[in-house]
Amino acid sequence: MFRRNNEKSSVTTPATAEVRKTALNSIHRQLGAKMVNFGGWDMPLEYSGILAEHEAVRTRAGLFDVSHMGEIEIRGPGALGLVQLVTCNNAANLAVGQAHYSGLMTSRGTFVDDLLVHKISDTHYLLCVNAGNQDHDFEHIVEHNKFDAKAENAGPRYSQLAIQGPRAKDILQRLTPAPLDSIHYYHFAFGKVSGIDCLIARTGYTGEDGFEIYFAPEHSEKLWSDLTHAGQPAGMIPCGLGARNTLRLEAGMCLYGHEIDDTTTPWEAGLGWICKMEKAPFLGSDVLALQKKDGLTRKLIGFEMLDKRIGRDGYPVLINGQEAGRVTSGGPAPFLKKNIGMAYVPPKSTAVGTDVSIGIRGQSEAARIVALPFYKRPQ
Amino acid sequence: MYPKDYRYTKEHEWVKVDGSNGTIGITDYAQHELGDVVFVEMPKVGTQLKPRQSFGTIESVKAVSEIFSPVSGEVTETNPALAGSPELINKDPHGAAWLIKVKLADPKEAAGLMDAAAYEAYIAAQAKEHSA
Repeated sequence: MFRRNNEKSSVTTPATAEVRKTALNSIHRQLGAKMVNFGGWDMPLEYSGILAEHEAVRTRAGLFDVSHMGEIEIRGPGALGLVQLVTCNNAANLAVGQAHYSGLMTSRGTFVDDLLVHKISDTHYLLCVNAGNQDHDFEHIVEHNKFDAKAENAGPRYSQLAIQGPRAKDILQRLTPAPLDSIHYYHFAFGKVSGIDCLIARTGYTGEDGFEIYFAPEHSEKLWSDLTHAGQPAGMIPCGLGARNTLRLEAGMCLYGHEIDDTTTPWEAGLGWICKMEKAPFLGSDVLALQKKDGLTRKLIGFEMLDKRIGRDGYPVLINGQEAGRVTSGGPAPFLKKNIGMAYVPPKSTAVGTDVSIGIRGQSEAARIVALPFYKRPQ
Repeated sequence: MYPKDYRYTKEHEWVKVDGSNGTIGITDYAQHELGDVVFVEMPKVGTQLKPRQSFGTIESVKAVSEIFSPVSGEVTETNPALAGSPELINKDPHGAAWLIKVKLADPKEAAGLMDAAAYEAYIAAQAKEHSA
Protein backbone atom coordinates (compact mmCIF):
# COMPACT_ATOMS: atom_id res chain seq x y z
CA MET A 1 0.00 0.00 0.00
CA PHE A 2 2.41 2.64 1.18
CA ARG A 3 5.83 2.68 -0.42
CA ARG A 4 6.65 6.13 0.76
CA ASN A 5 5.23 8.47 3.29
CA ASN A 6 2.19 9.65 1.33
CA GLU A 7 1.15 12.25 3.85
CA LYS A 8 1.41 15.40 1.77
CA SER A 9 0.61 18.76 3.18
CA SER A 10 -0.86 21.19 0.69
CA VAL A 11 1.53 23.92 1.75
CA THR A 12 5.16 22.90 1.57
CA THR A 13 7.31 23.57 4.55
CA PRO A 14 11.09 23.48 4.55
CA ALA A 15 12.31 20.41 6.43
CA THR A 16 14.37 22.64 8.70
CA ALA A 17 11.47 24.80 9.84
CA GLU A 18 10.17 24.04 13.29
CA VAL A 19 6.62 22.73 13.31
CA ARG A 20 4.29 25.10 15.11
CA LYS A 21 1.69 23.91 17.60
CA THR A 22 -1.58 25.42 18.76
CA ALA A 23 -2.39 25.68 22.46
CA LEU A 24 -4.62 22.61 22.05
CA ASN A 25 -1.96 20.27 20.66
CA SER A 26 -1.87 17.97 23.67
CA ILE A 27 -5.70 17.83 23.79
CA HIS A 28 -5.78 16.68 20.16
CA ARG A 29 -3.24 13.97 20.92
CA GLN A 30 -5.16 12.86 24.03
CA LEU A 31 -8.26 12.57 21.85
CA GLY A 32 -6.33 10.24 19.54
CA ALA A 33 -6.43 12.59 16.55
CA LYS A 34 -4.42 11.67 13.50
CA MET A 35 -2.04 14.64 13.16
CA VAL A 36 -0.68 16.20 9.99
CA ASN A 37 1.69 19.01 9.05
CA PHE A 38 -0.41 21.74 7.47
CA GLY A 39 1.26 24.99 6.46
CA GLY A 40 3.99 24.39 9.01
CA TRP A 41 1.53 23.57 11.81
CA ASP A 42 1.00 20.24 13.57
CA MET A 43 -2.78 19.96 13.20
CA PRO A 44 -5.50 17.35 13.71
CA LEU A 45 -6.50 15.76 10.39
CA GLU A 46 -9.29 13.67 11.87
CA TYR A 47 -10.56 12.29 15.18
CA SER A 48 -13.43 9.83 14.59
CA GLY A 49 -13.11 9.90 10.78
CA ILE A 50 -13.68 12.44 8.02
CA LEU A 51 -17.08 11.00 6.99
CA ALA A 52 -18.49 11.05 10.53
CA GLU A 53 -17.14 14.54 11.17
CA HIS A 54 -18.49 15.86 7.87
CA GLU A 55 -21.93 14.46 8.63
CA ALA A 56 -21.90 15.94 12.14
CA VAL A 57 -21.33 19.45 10.76
CA ARG A 58 -24.04 19.12 8.08
CA THR A 59 -26.67 17.69 10.46
CA ARG A 60 -25.64 18.68 14.02
CA ALA A 61 -22.41 20.51 14.88
CA GLY A 62 -18.64 20.22 14.86
CA LEU A 63 -15.88 21.89 16.86
CA PHE A 64 -12.65 22.84 15.05
CA ASP A 65 -9.37 24.16 16.42
CA VAL A 66 -8.40 26.73 13.81
CA SER A 67 -5.83 28.52 15.94
CA HIS A 68 -3.28 28.06 13.16
CA MET A 69 -5.07 30.80 11.20
CA GLY A 70 -3.19 34.09 11.28
CA GLU A 71 -4.46 37.42 12.59
CA ILE A 72 -3.15 40.77 11.41
CA GLU A 73 -4.42 43.97 13.03
CA ILE A 74 -4.36 47.35 11.34
CA ARG A 75 -4.84 50.41 13.52
CA GLY A 76 -4.79 54.17 13.27
CA PRO A 77 -6.30 56.91 11.11
CA GLY A 78 -4.63 55.38 8.05
CA ALA A 79 -6.03 51.89 8.70
CA LEU A 80 -8.84 52.05 6.15
CA GLY A 81 -6.55 53.48 3.49
CA LEU A 82 -4.10 50.61 3.92
CA VAL A 83 -6.81 47.93 3.92
CA GLN A 84 -8.34 49.50 0.81
CA LEU A 85 -5.02 49.55 -1.03
CA VAL A 86 -4.02 45.93 -0.39
CA THR A 87 -7.41 44.17 -0.61
CA CYS A 88 -9.92 43.96 -3.46
CA ASN A 89 -13.27 44.10 -1.62
CA ASN A 90 -14.57 47.50 -0.52
CA ALA A 91 -13.87 47.86 3.20
CA ALA A 92 -15.45 51.32 3.15
CA ASN A 93 -18.79 49.55 2.92
CA LEU A 94 -18.26 47.68 6.20
CA ALA A 95 -20.14 48.80 9.29
CA VAL A 96 -18.51 48.49 12.70
CA GLY A 97 -19.13 44.87 13.74
CA GLN A 98 -19.28 43.64 10.16
CA ALA A 99 -16.86 41.35 8.29
CA HIS A 100 -16.34 40.39 4.68
CA TYR A 101 -14.41 37.95 2.53
CA SER A 102 -11.69 39.56 0.45
CA GLY A 103 -8.42 39.05 -1.38
CA LEU A 104 -4.98 40.35 -0.48
CA MET A 105 -3.67 41.36 -3.87
CA THR A 106 -0.39 41.53 -5.72
CA SER A 107 0.25 44.40 -8.14
CA ARG A 108 -0.55 41.86 -10.88
CA GLY A 109 -4.13 41.48 -9.62
CA THR A 110 -3.48 37.99 -8.26
CA PHE A 111 -3.84 36.61 -4.75
CA VAL A 112 -1.19 36.95 -2.06
CA ASP A 113 -3.86 35.32 0.12
CA ASP A 114 -7.59 35.26 0.76
CA LEU A 115 -8.85 36.62 4.06
CA LEU A 116 -11.66 37.90 6.25
CA VAL A 117 -11.66 41.60 7.09
CA HIS A 118 -13.41 42.56 10.35
CA LYS A 119 -14.15 46.22 11.06
CA ILE A 120 -13.72 46.72 14.80
CA SER A 121 -13.84 50.53 14.56
CA ASP A 122 -13.16 53.27 12.01
CA THR A 123 -9.49 53.04 12.95
CA HIS A 124 -9.13 49.31 13.69
CA TYR A 125 -9.42 46.29 11.37
CA LEU A 126 -8.74 42.63 12.17
CA LEU A 127 -7.68 40.47 9.23
CA CYS A 128 -7.91 36.69 9.48
CA VAL A 129 -5.48 35.06 7.03
CA ASN A 130 -4.23 31.59 6.12
CA ALA A 131 -1.79 29.87 8.48
CA GLY A 132 0.93 29.19 5.92
CA ASN A 133 0.78 32.71 4.48
CA GLN A 134 0.62 34.88 7.59
CA ASP A 135 4.22 36.05 7.76
CA HIS A 136 4.37 36.74 4.03
CA ASP A 137 0.99 38.56 4.20
CA PHE A 138 2.25 40.74 7.02
CA GLU A 139 5.42 41.69 5.11
CA HIS A 140 3.34 42.47 2.04
CA ILE A 141 1.03 44.74 4.01
CA VAL A 142 3.90 46.52 5.76
CA GLU A 143 5.62 47.04 2.42
CA HIS A 144 2.58 48.97 1.14
CA ASN A 145 1.94 50.90 4.34
CA LYS A 146 2.31 54.48 3.13
CA PHE A 147 -0.61 55.49 5.38
CA ASP A 148 1.29 55.51 8.68
CA ALA A 149 -1.08 52.81 9.93
CA LYS A 150 0.08 50.45 12.69
CA ALA A 151 0.20 46.89 11.42
CA GLU A 152 0.62 44.04 13.91
CA ASN A 153 1.28 40.38 13.12
CA ALA A 154 -0.99 39.31 15.98
CA GLY A 155 -1.29 35.55 15.43
CA PRO A 156 0.46 34.60 18.70
CA ARG A 157 -2.08 36.67 20.68
CA TYR A 158 -5.06 34.66 19.41
CA SER A 159 -6.49 31.19 19.50
CA GLN A 160 -9.50 30.50 17.32
CA LEU A 161 -12.24 27.89 17.53
CA ALA A 162 -14.94 27.29 14.94
CA ILE A 163 -18.32 25.94 16.02
CA GLN A 164 -20.13 24.99 12.83
CA GLY A 165 -23.42 23.34 11.97
CA PRO A 166 -27.18 23.80 12.34
CA ARG A 167 -26.95 23.40 16.14
CA ALA A 168 -23.90 25.65 16.59
CA LYS A 169 -25.89 28.68 17.68
CA ASP A 170 -27.82 26.83 20.40
CA ILE A 171 -24.65 25.19 21.71
CA LEU A 172 -22.67 28.44 21.88
CA GLN A 173 -25.64 30.28 23.38
CA ARG A 174 -25.46 28.00 26.42
CA LEU A 175 -22.05 29.50 27.28
CA THR A 176 -22.56 33.19 26.46
CA PRO A 177 -24.87 36.04 27.51
CA ALA A 178 -24.27 37.64 24.08
CA PRO A 179 -27.54 37.51 22.11
CA LEU A 180 -26.38 35.33 19.20
CA ASP A 181 -29.60 35.79 17.23
CA SER A 182 -28.70 39.46 16.85
CA ILE A 183 -25.26 38.65 15.38
CA HIS A 184 -26.15 38.28 11.72
CA TYR A 185 -24.20 36.31 9.11
CA TYR A 186 -20.79 37.93 8.54
CA HIS A 187 -21.15 40.14 11.59
CA PHE A 188 -19.42 39.90 14.96
CA ALA A 189 -19.59 41.15 18.54
CA PHE A 190 -17.38 41.17 21.61
CA GLY A 191 -18.70 39.08 24.46
CA LYS A 192 -17.86 36.53 27.07
CA VAL A 193 -17.94 32.80 26.35
CA SER A 194 -17.54 30.74 29.52
CA GLY A 195 -16.54 34.01 31.22
CA ILE A 196 -13.68 34.56 28.75
CA ASP A 197 -13.43 37.65 26.53
CA CYS A 198 -14.00 36.68 22.91
CA LEU A 199 -14.61 38.17 19.53
CA ILE A 200 -17.64 36.17 18.40
CA ALA A 201 -18.05 36.16 14.61
CA ARG A 202 -20.83 34.50 12.65
CA THR A 203 -18.52 33.24 9.94
CA GLY A 204 -17.18 29.90 8.78
CA TYR A 205 -15.65 27.73 6.11
CA THR A 206 -18.06 24.82 6.00
CA GLY A 207 -21.17 26.03 4.18
CA GLU A 208 -23.16 25.81 7.42
CA ASP A 209 -24.33 28.39 9.92
CA GLY A 210 -21.82 28.78 12.71
CA PHE A 211 -19.39 30.89 14.64
CA GLU A 212 -15.68 31.52 14.82
CA ILE A 213 -14.47 32.81 18.18
CA TYR A 214 -11.15 34.55 18.79
CA PHE A 215 -9.57 34.77 22.25
CA ALA A 216 -6.27 34.75 24.17
CA PRO A 217 -4.46 31.39 23.79
CA GLU A 218 -4.18 30.74 27.55
CA HIS A 219 -7.94 30.09 27.65
CA SER A 220 -7.88 27.50 24.86
CA GLU A 221 -8.19 24.35 26.96
CA LYS A 222 -11.02 25.72 29.09
CA LEU A 223 -13.03 26.90 26.10
CA TRP A 224 -12.44 23.64 24.21
CA SER A 225 -13.54 21.63 27.23
CA ASP A 226 -16.60 23.79 28.03
CA LEU A 227 -17.72 23.82 24.40
CA THR A 228 -17.24 20.05 24.17
CA HIS A 229 -19.48 19.54 27.22
CA ALA A 230 -22.09 22.03 26.01
CA GLY A 231 -22.15 20.40 22.59
CA GLN A 232 -22.16 16.75 23.54
CA PRO A 233 -25.93 16.47 24.20
CA ALA A 234 -26.54 18.05 20.79
CA GLY A 235 -24.26 15.58 19.04
CA MET A 236 -21.35 17.93 18.44
CA ILE A 237 -17.99 16.23 17.87
CA PRO A 238 -14.43 17.47 17.36
CA CYS A 239 -13.54 17.83 13.68
CA GLY A 240 -10.19 18.05 11.92
CA LEU A 241 -8.76 19.60 8.79
CA GLY A 242 -9.88 16.60 6.70
CA ALA A 243 -13.56 17.38 7.24
CA ARG A 244 -12.87 21.11 7.00
CA ASN A 245 -11.58 20.47 3.48
CA THR A 246 -14.44 18.21 2.33
CA LEU A 247 -16.97 20.64 3.81
CA ARG A 248 -15.50 23.70 2.08
CA LEU A 249 -15.16 21.83 -1.22
CA GLU A 250 -18.80 20.70 -1.10
CA ALA A 251 -19.74 24.34 -0.39
CA GLY A 252 -17.68 25.42 -3.44
CA MET A 253 -15.28 27.58 -1.43
CA CYS A 254 -11.77 28.33 -2.65
CA LEU A 255 -8.66 27.13 -0.83
CA TYR A 256 -5.43 29.07 -1.18
CA GLY A 257 -2.80 27.03 -3.00
CA HIS A 258 -5.55 25.13 -4.86
CA GLU A 259 -8.17 27.34 -6.53
CA ILE A 260 -6.35 30.59 -5.89
CA ASP A 261 -2.73 31.65 -5.65
CA ASP A 262 -0.44 34.39 -6.92
CA THR A 263 -1.13 33.38 -10.54
CA THR A 264 -4.95 33.54 -10.40
CA THR A 265 -7.20 36.60 -10.44
CA PRO A 266 -10.61 37.08 -8.78
CA TRP A 267 -12.33 37.07 -12.19
CA GLU A 268 -10.84 33.67 -13.04
CA ALA A 269 -11.74 32.22 -9.65
CA GLY A 270 -15.40 33.26 -9.88
CA LEU A 271 -14.76 35.78 -7.10
CA GLY A 272 -15.86 38.87 -9.00
CA TRP A 273 -18.27 39.55 -6.13
CA ILE A 274 -15.33 40.41 -3.83
CA CYS A 275 -13.57 42.56 -6.44
CA LYS A 276 -14.99 46.08 -6.29
CA MET A 277 -13.59 48.09 -9.19
CA GLU A 278 -15.49 51.23 -8.14
CA LYS A 279 -13.07 51.71 -5.23
CA ALA A 280 -9.95 51.58 -7.46
CA PRO A 281 -7.08 52.22 -7.39
CA PHE A 282 -5.96 49.26 -5.30
CA LEU A 283 -3.09 46.81 -5.84
CA GLY A 284 -3.58 45.17 -9.22
CA SER A 285 -6.76 47.10 -10.07
CA ASP A 286 -5.26 48.33 -13.39
CA VAL A 287 -4.44 44.77 -14.43
CA LEU A 288 -7.87 43.57 -13.30
CA ALA A 289 -9.60 46.32 -15.29
CA LEU A 290 -7.68 45.26 -18.40
CA GLN A 291 -8.46 41.60 -17.86
CA LYS A 292 -12.13 42.43 -17.46
CA LYS A 293 -12.06 44.31 -20.75
CA ASP A 294 -9.94 41.83 -22.71
CA GLY A 295 -11.59 38.69 -21.40
CA LEU A 296 -10.28 35.65 -19.55
CA THR A 297 -8.25 32.69 -20.73
CA ARG A 298 -9.61 30.37 -18.03
CA LYS A 299 -12.37 30.17 -15.49
CA LEU A 300 -13.03 28.06 -12.42
CA ILE A 301 -15.80 25.48 -12.79
CA GLY A 302 -17.31 22.74 -10.65
CA PHE A 303 -17.68 19.21 -11.99
CA GLU A 304 -19.12 15.93 -10.83
CA MET A 305 -17.92 12.49 -11.85
CA LEU A 306 -20.52 10.40 -13.66
CA ASP A 307 -19.06 7.08 -12.53
CA LYS A 308 -17.40 5.85 -9.34
CA ARG A 309 -13.82 6.93 -9.87
CA ILE A 310 -12.57 10.05 -8.14
CA GLY A 311 -10.96 13.01 -9.89
CA ARG A 312 -8.38 14.40 -7.49
CA ASP A 313 -6.12 17.45 -7.13
CA GLY A 314 -3.79 17.82 -10.09
CA TYR A 315 -5.54 15.39 -12.46
CA PRO A 316 -5.97 16.63 -16.06
CA VAL A 317 -9.34 17.84 -17.34
CA LEU A 318 -9.91 16.76 -20.94
CA ILE A 319 -12.28 18.41 -23.39
CA ASN A 320 -12.65 16.66 -26.75
CA GLY A 321 -9.68 14.51 -25.79
CA GLN A 322 -7.35 17.47 -25.25
CA GLU A 323 -6.04 18.61 -21.89
CA ALA A 324 -7.91 21.82 -21.08
CA GLY A 325 -6.89 22.33 -17.45
CA ARG A 326 -6.17 20.68 -14.13
CA VAL A 327 -8.30 19.75 -11.14
CA THR A 328 -7.59 22.24 -8.34
CA SER A 329 -9.44 20.28 -5.63
CA GLY A 330 -11.26 17.01 -6.12
CA GLY A 331 -12.64 14.24 -3.97
CA PRO A 332 -15.71 12.71 -2.43
CA ALA A 333 -18.58 14.98 -1.39
CA PRO A 334 -19.72 12.95 1.62
CA PHE A 335 -23.08 14.67 2.14
CA LEU A 336 -24.04 14.79 -1.55
CA LYS A 337 -22.69 11.25 -2.03
CA LYS A 338 -21.01 12.20 -5.29
CA ASN A 339 -17.43 12.70 -6.39
CA ILE A 340 -16.86 16.34 -7.18
CA GLY A 341 -14.11 18.79 -7.96
CA MET A 342 -13.15 22.22 -9.20
CA ALA A 343 -10.90 23.01 -12.15
CA TYR A 344 -9.82 25.79 -14.49
CA VAL A 345 -10.95 25.43 -18.10
CA PRO A 346 -11.15 27.82 -21.09
CA PRO A 347 -14.15 30.21 -20.83
CA LYS A 348 -15.87 28.74 -23.90
CA SER A 349 -16.18 25.37 -22.10
CA THR A 350 -17.66 26.48 -18.80
CA ALA A 351 -21.40 26.06 -19.45
CA VAL A 352 -23.24 23.97 -16.88
CA GLY A 353 -24.01 20.60 -18.44
CA THR A 354 -20.85 20.49 -20.58
CA ASP A 355 -19.42 16.97 -20.79
CA VAL A 356 -15.74 16.76 -19.89
CA SER A 357 -13.40 13.95 -18.88
CA ILE A 358 -10.95 13.62 -16.06
CA GLY A 359 -7.72 11.73 -16.72
CA ILE A 360 -7.43 9.16 -13.95
CA ARG A 361 -4.36 6.92 -14.01
CA GLY A 362 -4.16 7.00 -17.78
CA GLN A 363 -7.86 6.53 -18.42
CA SER A 364 -10.40 9.11 -19.32
CA GLU A 365 -13.45 9.19 -17.02
CA ALA A 366 -16.72 10.97 -17.76
CA ALA A 367 -17.62 14.07 -15.76
CA ARG A 368 -20.04 16.95 -16.20
CA ILE A 369 -19.79 20.64 -15.38
CA VAL A 370 -22.27 21.59 -12.66
CA ALA A 371 -23.21 24.84 -10.96
CA LEU A 372 -21.24 26.12 -7.96
CA PRO A 373 -21.70 25.78 -5.07
CA PHE A 374 -22.32 22.03 -5.10
CA TYR A 375 -24.08 22.30 -1.74
CA LYS A 376 -26.17 25.11 -0.31
CA ARG A 377 -27.61 24.80 3.17
CA PRO A 378 -31.38 24.89 3.58
CA GLN A 379 -32.40 28.39 4.67
CA MET B 1 -4.65 -7.91 16.52
CA TYR B 2 -2.54 -9.36 13.69
CA PRO B 3 -3.48 -13.02 12.93
CA LYS B 4 -0.59 -15.37 13.63
CA ASP B 5 -1.24 -17.50 10.55
CA TYR B 6 -0.99 -14.57 8.09
CA ARG B 7 2.16 -13.21 6.46
CA TYR B 8 2.78 -9.48 6.00
CA THR B 9 4.57 -7.11 3.63
CA LYS B 10 6.38 -3.85 4.34
CA GLU B 11 3.71 -2.15 2.22
CA HIS B 12 1.05 -3.38 4.70
CA GLU B 13 -0.66 -6.16 2.77
CA TRP B 14 -1.33 -9.58 4.27
CA VAL B 15 -1.63 -13.04 2.71
CA LYS B 16 -3.17 -16.12 4.25
CA VAL B 17 -1.98 -19.37 2.69
CA ASP B 18 -4.29 -22.36 2.60
CA GLY B 19 -2.68 -25.15 0.59
CA SER B 20 -2.18 -23.77 -2.89
CA ASN B 21 -4.67 -20.95 -2.36
CA GLY B 22 -3.92 -17.51 -0.96
CA THR B 23 -6.22 -14.79 0.37
CA ILE B 24 -4.91 -11.21 0.25
CA GLY B 25 -5.95 -8.06 2.08
CA ILE B 26 -4.58 -4.92 3.73
CA THR B 27 -3.65 -4.62 7.38
CA ASP B 28 -5.38 -2.78 10.18
CA TYR B 29 -2.43 -0.37 10.26
CA ALA B 30 -3.02 0.40 6.58
CA GLN B 31 -6.75 1.03 6.95
CA HIS B 32 -6.07 3.32 9.89
CA GLU B 33 -3.51 5.29 7.89
CA LEU B 34 -5.92 5.58 4.95
CA GLY B 35 -8.93 6.72 6.93
CA ASP B 36 -12.46 6.23 5.61
CA VAL B 37 -12.35 4.05 2.49
CA VAL B 38 -14.85 5.06 -0.20
CA PHE B 39 -13.94 3.04 -3.30
CA VAL B 40 -11.93 -0.06 -4.22
CA GLU B 41 -10.73 -1.07 -7.68
CA MET B 42 -10.00 -4.75 -8.17
CA PRO B 43 -8.19 -6.77 -10.85
CA LYS B 44 -9.99 -9.09 -13.25
CA VAL B 45 -10.20 -12.78 -12.40
CA GLY B 46 -7.40 -14.52 -14.29
CA THR B 47 -4.89 -11.68 -13.82
CA GLN B 48 -1.37 -13.03 -13.27
CA LEU B 49 0.38 -11.39 -10.33
CA LYS B 50 4.01 -11.17 -9.35
CA PRO B 51 5.27 -10.10 -5.92
CA ARG B 52 5.09 -6.32 -5.41
CA GLN B 53 3.01 -5.86 -8.56
CA SER B 54 0.18 -3.35 -8.24
CA PHE B 55 -3.18 -5.11 -8.61
CA GLY B 56 -5.68 -2.43 -7.65
CA THR B 57 -6.34 0.79 -5.82
CA ILE B 58 -8.05 1.80 -2.62
CA GLU B 59 -9.49 5.30 -2.41
CA SER B 60 -10.07 6.94 0.94
CA VAL B 61 -11.68 10.36 1.34
CA LYS B 62 -8.22 11.89 1.35
CA ALA B 63 -6.06 9.89 -1.03
CA VAL B 64 -5.67 7.04 -3.47
CA SER B 65 -3.26 4.20 -2.76
CA GLU B 66 -2.08 1.26 -4.83
CA ILE B 67 -2.28 -2.28 -3.49
CA PHE B 68 0.69 -4.56 -4.18
CA SER B 69 0.61 -8.32 -4.37
CA PRO B 70 2.58 -10.10 -1.62
CA VAL B 71 3.02 -13.23 -3.78
CA SER B 72 2.94 -14.72 -7.31
CA GLY B 73 -0.24 -16.29 -8.56
CA GLU B 74 -3.43 -16.00 -10.56
CA VAL B 75 -6.46 -14.10 -9.33
CA THR B 76 -9.35 -16.55 -8.86
CA GLU B 77 -11.84 -14.37 -7.01
CA THR B 78 -12.39 -10.76 -5.90
CA ASN B 79 -14.44 -9.81 -2.86
CA PRO B 80 -17.92 -8.90 -4.15
CA ALA B 81 -18.93 -7.21 -0.88
CA LEU B 82 -16.48 -4.32 -1.29
CA ALA B 83 -18.19 -2.71 -4.30
CA GLY B 84 -21.25 -1.80 -2.25
CA SER B 85 -19.58 -1.56 1.17
CA PRO B 86 -16.02 -0.25 0.85
CA GLU B 87 -16.18 0.79 4.52
CA LEU B 88 -15.81 -2.90 5.41
CA ILE B 89 -12.09 -2.31 4.91
CA ASN B 90 -12.10 0.01 7.92
CA LYS B 91 -14.26 -2.33 9.99
CA ASP B 92 -12.78 -5.77 9.35
CA PRO B 93 -9.57 -5.54 7.29
CA HIS B 94 -8.25 -8.96 8.34
CA GLY B 95 -11.55 -10.78 7.81
CA ALA B 96 -14.67 -9.83 5.84
CA ALA B 97 -12.76 -7.21 3.84
CA TRP B 98 -10.31 -9.57 2.14
CA LEU B 99 -9.57 -8.22 -1.34
CA ILE B 100 -8.68 -11.11 -3.65
CA LYS B 101 -8.03 -14.86 -3.68
CA VAL B 102 -5.20 -16.25 -5.76
CA LYS B 103 -3.99 -19.62 -6.98
CA LEU B 104 -0.44 -19.52 -5.63
CA ALA B 105 2.42 -20.08 -8.07
CA ASP B 106 4.58 -21.23 -5.17
CA PRO B 107 2.89 -22.00 -1.84
CA LYS B 108 6.26 -21.67 -0.07
CA GLU B 109 6.88 -18.13 -1.36
CA ALA B 110 4.93 -16.43 1.44
CA ALA B 111 7.25 -17.90 4.07
CA GLY B 112 9.75 -15.23 3.02
CA LEU B 113 7.42 -12.48 4.28
CA MET B 114 7.13 -11.18 7.85
CA ASP B 115 5.17 -13.13 10.42
CA ALA B 116 2.81 -11.34 12.82
CA ALA B 117 5.50 -10.66 15.45
CA ALA B 118 7.92 -9.23 12.90
CA TYR B 119 5.18 -7.09 11.35
CA GLU B 120 4.12 -5.70 14.72
CA ALA B 121 7.73 -4.78 15.47
CA TYR B 122 7.98 -3.18 12.01
CA ILE B 123 4.94 -0.92 12.45
CA ALA B 124 5.98 -0.01 16.01
CA ALA B 125 9.31 1.18 14.58
CA GLN B 126 7.47 3.13 11.85
CA ALA B 127 5.20 4.82 14.38
CA LYS B 128 8.28 5.83 16.39
CA GLU B 129 9.91 7.28 13.30
CA HIS B 130 6.68 9.12 12.50
CA SER B 131 6.43 10.84 15.87
CA ALA B 132 10.14 11.71 16.00
